Amino acid sequence: MIASGRLSQRTLAPWIFLLPGIFMFFIYVIAPIFQSINVSFYSWDGLGEKVWVGFGNYIELFGDEAFYVSLKNNVLWLLFFMLAVPAGLFIAIFLNQTVWGIRLYKSLFFFPFVISQVVVGLVFVWFYNPDFGLMNIILGWFGIDPIAVLADERYVTYGIIAAGLWPQTAYCMILYLTGLNAVDGEMIEAARLDNAKGLRMLWYVILPQLKPATFIAIVVTVVGSLRSFDMISIMTDGGPWGSSRVLAFYMYEQSFSEYGFRMGYGASIAVILFLIMMVYITGFLYKMYRDERGR
Amino acid sequence: MNKINTLRKHLAALAVSAFAASTAMAGNLVINTDTSDPAPKAAFEALIKGFEKENPDVTVTWNLFDHEGYKTSIRNFLTADAPDLANWYAGNRMLPYVNAGLFEPVDDVWNQHDLNTSLASSASSMTIDGKKWGVPYTFYQWGVYYRKDLFEKHGIAVPTNWEEFKAAGKTLKANGITPMTIGTKGLWTTAGVFDYLNMRTNGFDFHMALTRGEIPWTDDRIRKTMSNWKELLDMNWWIDNHAAYSWQDALAPMVKGEAAMYVMGNFSVEQFKVAGLDINKLGFFQFPEITPGIPLSEEAPTDTIHIPANAKNKADAKRFLAYIARADVQESINRTLGQLPINKDSAVADDVFLQAGKKMLSGTTAGIAQFFDRDAPAEMAKAGMQGFQEFMVKPERLDAILNRLEKVRQRAYK
Repeated sequence: MIASGRLSQRTLAPWIFLLPGIFMFFIYVIAPIFQSINVSFYSWDGLGEKVWVGFGNYIELFGDEAFYVSLKNNVLWLLFFMLAVPAGLFIAIFLNQTVWGIRLYKSLFFFPFVISQVVVGLVFVWFYNPDFGLMNIILGWFGIDPIAVLADERYVTYGIIAAGLWPQTAYCMILYLTGLNAVDGEMIEAARLDNAKGLRMLWYVILPQLKPATFIAIVVTVVGSLRSFDMISIMTDGGPWGSSRVLAFYMYEQSFSEYGFRMGYGASIAVILFLIMMVYITGFLYKMYRDERGR
Repeated sequence: MNKINTLRKHLAALAVSAFAASTAMAGNLVINTDTSDPAPKAAFEALIKGFEKENPDVTVTWNLFDHEGYKTSIRNFLTADAPDLANWYAGNRMLPYVNAGLFEPVDDVWNQHDLNTSLASSASSMTIDGKKWGVPYTFYQWGVYYRKDLFEKHGIAVPTNWEEFKAAGKTLKANGITPMTIGTKGLWTTAGVFDYLNMRTNGFDFHMALTRGEIPWTDDRIRKTMSNWKELLDMNWWIDNHAAYSWQDALAPMVKGEAAMYVMGNFSVEQFKVAGLDINKLGFFQFPEITPGIPLSEEAPTDTIHIPANAKNKADAKRFLAYIARADVQESINRTLGQLPINKDSAVADDVFLQAGKKMLSGTTAGIAQFFDRDAPAEMAKAGMQGFQEFMVKPERLDAILNRLEKVRQRAYK
């Protein structure tokens, strides 16, 4: 009697503790996913009657150039944002030494991560300004004509990614700095005795020990690249003529912006974005599952 | 004294609402506006104070929204927690709310106070399905703002037709001045240029039919408008990199004398003055004729105030509408706003640009447009303005742009 009571206590207690979390997660995450999928089959301006259009929104989406531009930009963000990981590692190794005033240098490098994304965006808007921007003044010293990075469809996405890389690199640097603290000094000592140094030391001795930090850095960078919305909104508002949009921004523009209110179409973009992210999330979950079982 | 008065009124309103829930709202008038910029804010402050003075039985609760945020919050508060009055814009911009049954028709106010006569110039832009949906209180003209001193210095007369316009540009270019400035980052500046080019090339009725979705974007007449536009683009008429600038950024080249003209609304005058251009340097002229014989129509966006269908105190809201429609009231708020009153009996402030605007608009018989993003539905407006911006930088993509707009048109007007 007592034993089975204990048993049920043991099995029940985790669920009771989990319940509020599960409840919130269901209300704010799971249910909206299905609502979005549902809305994506309608034509709806958010106010009037919903009209069933079946796969109409999706058919339109696949014939929409703006969708492909956004998708391409998403891929660019994902690829080039990854530069933050090696750049963060490089700076972390560079700063991981005991010199007078190193704390000050470290905090200066960490600075961009502390200030708001909005401020970073504005700073880079000024930096790129063709009239008085620092970048074009510097280019002028070499006799290069000003380049309006944010007004040129060829450069605009790279320009915004570069602005996003600034705080992201700082983030990765911090992750690696903490990782480097945990690197086993005796192992390095032993490797030195075996005559390892430079890149070989980095690749075979340091990096394997930094594996957890690398994993987290990659995860936060992927997440960061999907959160590019604020940077784009601040720096270009999707322009010029929509060439710097990513899927999340396009969805926002279609459903909530001043000229938007196509809820159904926005929802269908959200569903596609969700499916793309599912590939990544599934991979991530699979790796977690494997790691846990392997232990 | 005043503070005590309002406090007493608030207390009274509170007491009333506490004691009699069913009639609690009588005498309390809730107004939501987006007039967050300094001049509009001051104008509404004075307006509400004046109304309360004349109607001591009414207490006004005024919710001031941020200008940009308002555009999304209006959708929420009209359905969920409606005020008794809300400001908005005339023309197609109010159509979604009229269609969704969120605005109240106010024909009785119009008839009772003879607004059909005093506000006649805006009556058509307030009418949907034969009913009036609000009361207009201010508007302002669009046109070409130019550097008067530079024109004089290089012996250029104010152009009145297309050839003179282009010749003026040539002279300016020969003297190292870019004819026109523009900042297209916010997109809407391009719509001002398109509206004028299209109205001047094809006439007001055609332009209205286009924004109503009755004309395909691939129509030859649109191509004519665009080819006129391209003529200017081929002359490097506008400043470089305009897609990188906001409309305010683009004032700088004109202030510095590197550019000489700007197709703009009258609200820009304030900014020009702050930047150092006084009336000896800054002038205004009507956008010149393009196709000879087509009567000149103008662009003059109208701001309006409406009663939401879910309002609780419609009786007092209607009193407020009658108040804001009055000649003396419109005169004084537009003095503060620096804009033009709608009421034909209101005097216009003694200001060169407002007087010029009044003269131009009262002489306009062909029709007055609201602006591309108010005449065309939201979806069409957005796609259109993006297309115009792209065209201004990549004119060779004209066909692709027009085809894309046509695709949007077939969807946006159901």
